[in-house]
Amino acid sequence: MNYQSVIGLEVHTQLKTRSKLFCACSTEFGLPPNSNICPVCTGQPGVLPVLNKKAIEYAIRTAIALNCKIAERAIFARKNYFYPDLPKNYQISQYEMPLAEDGYLEILNAENAEISRRMQKKRIGIERVHLEEDAGKLLHAIGAQELDYSLVDFNRTGIPLLEIVSAPEIYSPEEAYIYLQTLKSILQYLEVSDCDMEKGSLRCDANVSVRPQNVASRFIGTLGIKTEIKNMNSFKALKEALTYEITRQIEVLESGEKIVQETRLWDADKGITQSMRSKEYAHDYRYFPEPDLVPLVLEKDFIEEIRKSLSELPTARKERFIKEYQLSEYDAGVLTAEKMLADYYEETINRLQITDYKLQIISKTTANWITTELLGRLNAENKTITESTVKPEDLAGLIKLIQEGIISGKIAKTVFEEMYKTGKKAEEIVKEKGLIQIADEKEIAKIVEEVLKENEPVVKEYKAGKERAIGALVGAVMKKTSGRANPQIVNKILKQKLEGEGK
Amino acid sequence: MGIYELSAKELREKIKKKEISSEEVVKAFYKRIEEVEEKIHSFITLTKEEAIKRAKAVDGKIKNNEPVGELAGIPIAIKDNLCIQGTKTTCGSKILENYISPYDATVIKKLREADALFIGKTNMDEFAMGSSTETSYFGLTRNPHNLECIPGGSSGGSATAVAAKEVPLALGSDTGGSIRQPAGCCGIVGLKPTYGRVSRYGLVAFASSLDQIGPLARDVYDCALLLKIISGYDEKDSTSVNLPAPDYVGNLERKQEIKGLKVGLPKEYFVEGIDPEVGKAVKESAKILENLGAKIEEISLPHTEYAVATYYIIAPSEASANLARYDGVRYGYQALGTRHEGLDLVETYEKTRGEGFGAEVKRRIMLGTYALSAGYYDAYYLKALKVRTLIKQDFDEAFKKVDVILTPTAPTPAFKLGEKLDDPLKMYLSDIFTISANLAGIPGISIPCGYSKNNLPIGLQILGKPFAEETILKVAYIYEQSV
Repeated sequence: MNYQSVIGLEVHTQLKTRSKLFCACSTEFGLPPNSNICPVCTGQPGVLPVLNKKAIEYAIRTAIALNCKIAERAIFARKNYFYPDLPKNYQISQYEMPLAEDGYLEILNAENAEISRRMQKKRIGIERVHLEEDAGKLLHAIGAQELDYSLVDFNRTGIPLLEIVSAPEIYSPEEAYIYLQTLKSILQYLEVSDCDMEKGSLRCDANVSVRPQNVASRFIGTLGIKTEIKNMNSFKALKEALTYEITRQIEVLESGEKIVQETRLWDADKGITQSMRSKEYAHDYRYFPEPDLVPLVLEKDFIEEIRKSLSELPTARKERFIKEYQLSEYDAGVLTAEKMLADYYEETINRLQITDYKLQIISKTTANWITTELLGRLNAENKTITESTVKPEDLAGLIKLIQEGIISGKIAKTVFEEMYKTGKKAEEIVKEKGLIQIADEKEIAKIVEEVLKENEPVVKEYKAGKERAIGALVGAVMKKTSGRANPQIVNKILKQKLEGEGK
Repeated sequence: MGIYELSAKELREKIKKKEISSEEVVKAFYKRIEEVEEKIHSFITLTKEEAIKRAKAVDGKIKNNEPVGELAGIPIAIKDNLCIQGTKTTCGSKILENYISPYDATVIKKLREADALFIGKTNMDEFAMGSSTETSYFGLTRNPHNLECIPGGSSGGSATAVAAKEVPLALGSDTGGSIRQPAGCCGIVGLKPTYGRVSRYGLVAFASSLDQIGPLARDVYDCALLLKIISGYDEKDSTSVNLPAPDYVGNLERKQEIKGLKVGLPKEYFVEGIDPEVGKAVKESAKILENLGAKIEEISLPHTEYAVATYYIIAPSEASANLARYDGVRYGYQALGTRHEGLDLVETYEKTRGEGFGAEVKRRIMLGTYALSAGYYDAYYLKALKVRTLIKQDFDEAFKKVDVILTPTAPTPAFKLGEKLDDPLKMYLSDIFTISANLAGIPGISIPCGYSKNNLPIGLQILGKPFAEETILKVAYIYEQSV
C-alpha cells in the first residue's frame, strides 16, 4: 500500500516593530531578563492594552504578499489558559474575524522536478493570517545547572506575533522545507521580521497525517487522523521530524492500529517524536471578543497605501534579474533568495560602467564573484551578506581593475582574499603588493627570452611535438613575474618565439 | 460649623481665598475620621502622612500666589480598586492584601494635577462583586443612618465616607450599580458616567465592558466638580471616547430650567416587589419635577425583565478572564508552602486562588467560566450579548420620546446586614434598577429623595442619553435646589 502524506504548517513570526503589540516597551532582543517590561505587559491589576499601529501595517503587508482577503473588520479575542509565562493568564489573539484569510503562497515544487526536469510552480493555500501577543520565556536551568524551580523572563511577553496557517496542501517534508524557506524569504523581503529560527523570531509547528494513495488517482478519500508536531527548532529539524512522523504513522497503520490524535514533540537528540503524555487535558480556550479593544476597521485607503508601498517581492525580483541583467535562472535564483544579497548585487552592478555590449559579461562576472568567492567564505564563517567586510563598492572596484586589465583574473583572486581578510580596497592592496599586471610586450619578451634560455630541455620537447610543454614555460614566466604577467600576452609571445625560431 | 461639614465647593473657595489652609482642612477630616471610623469602617487604608505632605505643598503654592489646580487642597476618598502609585490597592481581597500599585490610575493622575489630596482607600465588596460591601476581606462597613444596615455596594466605603462627612468627595466604580445603589442607601449623590466618558486605566477590572469610575458627593454641585476633573479621553484606554467633556460645573452655575423637559417613567420599574415607600417617594419626586415645568410620561422598556440575567452572564464571564491574573506568580498572595511543598503548577494555582478569593468571587468566576466554555458559549454568553443589544435598543427608542428617565435607585431602602448574604440571587435582585444603565452604557445619577419611616434614605435615579451627563446633572440640581 502506498501512502500520501499531508502536511499543514502553522508558522509564528515575530514582527520587528520597535515596541510591543499592546504597550510601548522595547522589543529589543538579548537584554537582561525583565528589563523590557511595564505594568501592561506584566499584567498588573488595572492595566489596559493599546494596539500598535505598525504591527497592523506589517500584518497587512504580509497578508497582501500572501494574496489574502483582508477583513474589513477584525476582532481581537481572549484565549484563556493558565501558564506562568502568560501574565494575564489569557493571550490577546484573534479567533473569529481574523485580519486576513484565504490566500496562497507559490512555491517551486522540487518534487515535480524529477518528473519534468523543470521546476514546477505550486500554490499552497493560506487559511488565515492573524495577530497575537507573544508569551514570556521560562527557564528551568541556569547554564548547565538544573533548578528545582522555574524562572520567568517577561521581556518577550507582548511582542507581536503573526500567525500564518497553511491549508493541508503540502505533500512531503521537502515541500514543507521549501514552503518555509519561501515564506521566510518573503517575510524578510517585506522587512517585517528577521525570521531567525535560532532567536525564535520564526517558529513552526506542523499537522501531519497520511492516507492511502492510489496510483491511478492521487489519493483516496478524506484526510487521515492528524498529529500535531512541535519543538522543531530549525529547518533541518522540520524535515527530519516530518520524515520521522510520516514513517511512524505509516507503521502504525500497517500494523492495523489507529493513529492517536495528539501533540507530539520532536526530540532532536533522539531523532524521534514523542507524545506529550502530561496531565494536561484538552484545552478549552473559551475564546470571547476582547472587551478592552474596539473592533479594528481596516479602511480601503489604508490597505491601498500599504499595497503601494510594498517593495518588490522575491519572485518579481528574480524575473527582473533574469531580464535586466541577462542572468541565468539559477544565478538569478541564488542572488534573489535573500533580499540583502539581491541588494548587494545591484549595488555592485550600479557602480560598474556597463555598456550593452558588455552587460552580460559583467553581470555574470559579478554574479560569480558573489556566489563563489564571497558567499563561499561567508558561509564557512556562518556570516550573512550584511556582515561582509567586502562592501559592494569594494567589489566593484576589484572588478573594474580586472576589466581595465590592471590585474589578471587569477591575481584578482589573491587580492580578493586579502580584501576579505583586511577590509582594504583593491587598489590599495594591488599597490602595496605590487601586483599590477605586466602587459608591456617588450618587458614580457625580455622575460620570455630568459625563460627560454633557462629551460632548453622543455623547449626541445615542445619543438619535438609535445605542445603541452608550453604550459611549463608559461608557468616559468609567471613564476618569474610573481604571476603578474598577462597570461594572454605571455602565451602569444612564447608561441611567436618558439615558432619563429626555427632550428 | 466644623470644617468637615463644609462642601467641596465651600472648601475650595475658602482655601483659595486663604481663609483656611489645606493643612487645616485635611487635619480636620482626619480628626473626623478618628471620631466615626470605628463605628462605620469606611476605610481599608489611610494615607495620612502623604496627604498632609501634599496639603503643605498646596499651601506653599497658594502662599506664593502660584497657580493651583481646581481641587486644590480638597481631600478625596478613593475606592480600593483604583491604583495609586506606592499605595496598597487591595480590592477588598486577601489575594491583594499587600499589593502596592506600581503606577497611578489616569483619574488619580488627573486629581494630582488638580492638586487634590488622597485621604485613603475605601472598603468595598471584594473585586467590586456585591451590593452590600459584606464580601470584603477586611470586614463590614456600616450605614451611618443605621449601623445595623448595609451601606450598599460595592462602593460602600466611598459612600459612607461621604455620608459620615469623613471626606467631601469620593471616587467609586460602577459595574451594575455600585456607585448609585450605595449613594441611594446612604442618602448622598452618586453618578455613573457614560461608558467611555472616564478612563478605566488603573481601575482594577471586574467586567471590562460595564465598569466605569464615577464621583460620590454630598450634593450635585460637588458631584459635577469631581466629574469634570476625571472626565476625558485617555489614549491608554482604548475604550475611552474622544469627545470633549463639557464644563459640568459651569453649566450648573448658570440659571437652569427644565420647562418642557420630557421625563419618562418606565412602567416595568413600578411593579410588585418594590417597597411601597420607595414607589411613593419616586412618584412624588416626579410631581415635583412636573411642578417645575417638566412633562412626565409613561414609557416602556420591554426587555427589563432580562436585564439581571443578562448582566449575570456577561459580567462574570468577563470577570473570569480579568481575575485569572491573580495566581501568586508575579504579585499578590501566594499560598504558603506552594514553593517548597512540592506542589505542581496546577496545585499551586488552586491553593493560592482557593485561599485568596472569597466565596462570592469564586462563585462568579465559576459562573463566568461555565458560560464561556465549549458547548455553552452560544447558549449563554453569545445569547446574553444579543439580549444586551435589545436592552440598549429599548433605551434608544425611549430616548426618542423623552429626555431623561426617572426610576427608583433600588427596590428597597438599605436592608439589614446579613439579611441577603445567604441568598445570592436575592442579593443580585437589588441591582434591578441600576443594571440596565451599565448594559446600555448610558449615564445615571442617584440623588436623595426622602426617607423611609425607618429613617433610611431613599434614592431617586435619573438616567440620560449617552454623553448627556450635563442633562441629568441639571435635572438633579434643579430638583435638589427645590426640596
